[in-house]
Amino acid sequence: MSHEGEAAVDAVAAVADRLETERSHLTDLDSAIGDADHGGNMARGWAAAAEAVTELDDPEPVAVVKTAGKTLLSEVGGASGPLYGGSLVFASPELEDGLTAETAVAFAETYLEKVQDRGDARIGDKTMVDALVPAVHTFKKSVEVDDMEPVAALAKAVAAAERGVEFTVPIRASKGRASYLGWRSVGHQDPGATSTLFIVEELLDVATAYVEVPGELPDDAESPTIPDGEVTED
Amino acid sequence: MVGLVVVSHSQTAADGIAEVAGEMAGETRIEPVGGDGQGGFGTVADDIEIAIEDADAGDGVVVLVDLGSAVMNAEVAIEMSDAEAVIADAPVLEGAVNAAVAATSGKATVESVHAQAEAARGVEKL
Repeated sequence: MSHEGEAAVDAVAAVADRLETERSHLTDLDSAIGDADHGGNMARGWAAAAEAVTELDDPEPVAVVKTAGKTLLSEVGGASGPLYGGSLVFASPELEDGLTAETAVAFAETYLEKVQDRGDARIGDKTMVDALVPAVHTFKKSVEVDDMEPVAALAKAVAAAERGVEFTVPIRASKGRASYLGWRSVGHQDPGATSTLFIVEELLDVATAYVEVPGELPDDAESPTIPDGEVTED
Repeated sequence: MVGLVVVSHSQTAADGIAEVAGEMAGETRIEPVGGDGQGGFGTVADDIEIAIEDADAGDGVVVLVDLGSAVMNAEVAIEMSDAEAVIADAPVLEGAVNAAVAATSGKATVESVHAQAEAARGVEKL
């Protein structure tokens, strides 16, 4: 197994562990504004994914990510299957040449594109997109414009995702099950944005175990962390 | 003959809608599919794909869906399936009844059944 493949397998296992730990937390968030299945669905799906990737003969990153995504698609009953799993499958070919700063950015961008395409959600709809857009955009800008080490860029992305999660609290849902509640969704944190943050946090945690960390990791996200034109006034 | 798939978060609801539509459906195949596969509510792309294959008699399939994730999982199922299948943007029960009637026509195509299913969108009840 390559070093990168090993890291990918570890990352899936780390996400599975974290989501099992957060199962009731996510379910509580989803009980308030959804159908209370996010914690159970994510924990069950990622546990199955973690098991599936250990059975791969040649676990290169592309195969690990694709297998994890396919497992989520078949194990998770609900929108999380196509959104988290389908998007992993769709974006996995970006890792064909292994795990580099360049392929990681391409993977993150393709993943985001598929999530938005499938769910038809934009920033401000109170969905996982509110965490994912700032995370992906911050990662890309930190690598491409600020020339940061990928692991430092990922730390910035985590901070950006945190801000995105906080941003979901005061806004009204206009996509997903929570949108049926209208104004009653205000004041509640979005479970999909929250689980997206957990996933990015675990990716950072595993990354720091595999690469040399350049000094102190950044823990702040400077504004603006989302691309121009992403937020439109209705 | 064009086949139909009814996707609901609830297997019970999918079965019931297929029963109601089935009264008008003649020989048309109507496959209900629903639930998260663990006895709970939800929809699963793999299960919908199987339902599409079962409903397909070679002339394609029109898929009726209920809420949010049913749409997404049906899209994924259609991408995975070899059958010609389309989702109708229609209320699931009324659309299924309309589609079932349309499918019994000797000249029915996926396009004509799909159009009839979507015609249920504008039906007023009062």
